[in-house]
Amino acid sequence: MSGYLIIRNLTVRLRSGPVILRSVSLNVAAGQVHGLVGESGAGKSMIGKAVLGTLPRALQITGGEIWLDGVDLLSLSAAERRRRIGATAALIPQDPLTALNPSKRIGPQITRRLIDILGWTKQAAEARALELLDEVQIPNAARVMRSYPHELSGGMRQRILIASAFAAEPKLIIADEPTTALDVTVQKQILRLIAQMQARHGTALLFVTHDLGVVSKVCDTLSVLYAGKVVEEARMQRFFMRPIHSYSRALLSATPSYEDPLGSLTPVSDTVIEEVEAEVRWHDARAGT
Amino acid sequence: MTLLRNILIRLLTTLVTLIGVAVIVFVVIRVVPGNPIAMMLPPGATEADIARLQTQYGFDKSIFEQFVIWLGGVMQGDFGTSISLRQPVAGLVLGRLPATLELSIFALSIAIVIGGTMALLGTRYRDTKTEGAVDISAGMALSIPDFLWGLVLILLFGVLWPVFHISGRISPALNIDFNTNFYFFEALVRLRFDVLADLIGHMFMPALALAIPLAAIIAQLLKQSLKETMHLDYVTLARTKGYGENHVITREALPNAILPTLTLVGVQFTFLIGGTVIIERLFSYEGLGNMAIDAVINRDLPLIQGIVILFALLFTIVNLVVDMLYVVLNPRLRHA
Ligand SMILES: Nc1ncnc2c1ncn2[C@@H]1O[C@H](COP(=O)(O)OP(=O)(O)OP(=O)(O)O)[C@@H](O)[C@H]1O
Ligand SMILES: [Mg+2]
Repeated sequence: MSGYLIIRNLTVRLRSGPVILRSVSLNVAAGQVHGLVGESGAGKSMIGKAVLGTLPRALQITGGEIWLDGVDLLSLSAAERRRRIGATAALIPQDPLTALNPSKRIGPQITRRLIDILGWTKQAAEARALELLDEVQIPNAARVMRSYPHELSGGMRQRILIASAFAAEPKLIIADEPTTALDVTVQKQILRLIAQMQARHGTALLFVTHDLGVVSKVCDTLSVLYAGKVVEEARMQRFFMRPIHSYSRALLSATPSYEDPLGSLTPVSDTVIEEVEAEVRWHDARAGT
Repeated sequence: MTLLRNILIRLLTTLVTLIGVAVIVFVVIRVVPGNPIAMMLPPGATEADIARLQTQYGFDKSIFEQFVIWLGGVMQGDFGTSISLRQPVAGLVLGRLPATLELSIFALSIAIVIGGTMALLGTRYRDTKTEGAVDISAGMALSIPDFLWGLVLILLFGVLWPVFHISGRISPALNIDFNTNFYFFEALVRLRFDVLADLIGHMFMPALALAIPLAAIIAQLLKQSLKETMHLDYVTLARTKGYGENHVITREALPNAILPTLTLVGVQFTFLIGGTVIIERLFSYEGLGNMAIDAVINRDLPLIQGIVILFALLFTIVNLVVDMLYVVLNPRLRHA
């Protein structure tokens, strides 16, 4: 068994029947960055939510295994699973404007979980929060701790959420499009910050995005998701040199290259999409869904 | 600076409201038929007797003149003299105010406890039979007005299973020598638990009757906004930190979800105070509302005026307190 997070044949359905994730398998090795790409609606966020136990109520895991740090989360009781996730994993959310509680000061939003869930003392938790706010380059950390979210900019809030995610030294962080809600100028800084923090703390990172350019910069491995199905899993180098799946190839040629951003761009063609859809149907038929 | 301006504007609107209320009440009760003087005199009083008293109370002057005289008195704290009780209105009204205040606040507390519990339970067990039960009982509670709840309660706890007093504010046998008419508050401070028990025994049913509709409103609205808040990103983030459902509901969602409910409870609380008029009558509770009905029956114009002005003042104070609470609970408004 290799990998800190191992997802095997995960199937998620709407309670009303339709399949959202079709027998998804992927690996995030310890200390590595794994990209998860695919177009909007492919099910990227649902994979993260299934791991963190925050699937919407309308959805349900109907099969598969999710191994986190050597334990199959789905074999645990709900309370144990929650505690386990809280102690070993963390989330960097997509929209920093809605991910902080508007009625609480920043300080407690970082420190409470260290105190409540992990049993730290208040002093230790506060010292840790200050240290991390410094690490994510927030000036005046002590004052920020006493601020309310609405007093801070989006970029600042995302830095705070990053600090908070790393506070308990989780072994796995899931970042779900952590920069899409930000200004273009801030996006780059935040991306660099996440990469730095990941490298420094040696955390395994599942990086959800639909931007292959971003993936090429920060990831070691990646999975390509299409309509709830992993169509390709690869190491970065191999993927960019020899993408195997036709959808991956199409996706790649629709992404501007860094050397020649306006060069030969081809939109994903309808034939490729039809091809992949046929494949998904075939898979469904075989799985009897 | 803006704070000071807001307070000034607030005081000014309050004053204008009160004067407006005074004018309306003053005119309306003088236009409706019924002669207050004739009602206080024994049958067989002569026209001359009536005329003499009319002059004594100033009813022979024009409405405008009467109003100016009355307002002049009010400025000096003199609200006139009750015709039926022959005592200064100010003293009468202020003497009854504590009873009504204690009843209203007791009722509000019951409504918050019951309504809040129902909302939390309905959210904790949403999409189950428990939530259905909350919805149905709230719907039923709302389809019956407070005075009918009063009758139902009298039947249940006064007649079938007589555990509570069905009339009055305090047992006459209890000899209390309190300094104020805030019996409940004073009994608390003096640790007179016998008096407290007796007061609660009297207040419980009228307060519950007043509280039931408000509790239902709180249950519905608070549950609704809690359920909406439960989908927000910061609640989801709290779940990933390892917090359980109870913590997430009460610590993450509730502080934000409570704000719209707070505004509504403010408005509804003024309705509840209005409801005391009939409920106090029903339970022979010696408060302002009960006095108001007597005053209307007796066409006791000065007393009616005094009571209405006091109710209006109460309502504006409630609104003020709600606005202040809103600012305290909502950090986004604190620096405005
Ligand atoms: N609460 C829900 N009820 C029903 N269907 C849902 C719900 N949430 C998501 N879905 C469906 O699940 C599928 C996967 O959604 P998901 O959010 O994982 O997509 P995504 O790949 O993250 O897309 P994006 O790039 O837009 O974030 C979508 O088809 C969506 O319609
Ligand atoms: Mg998504």
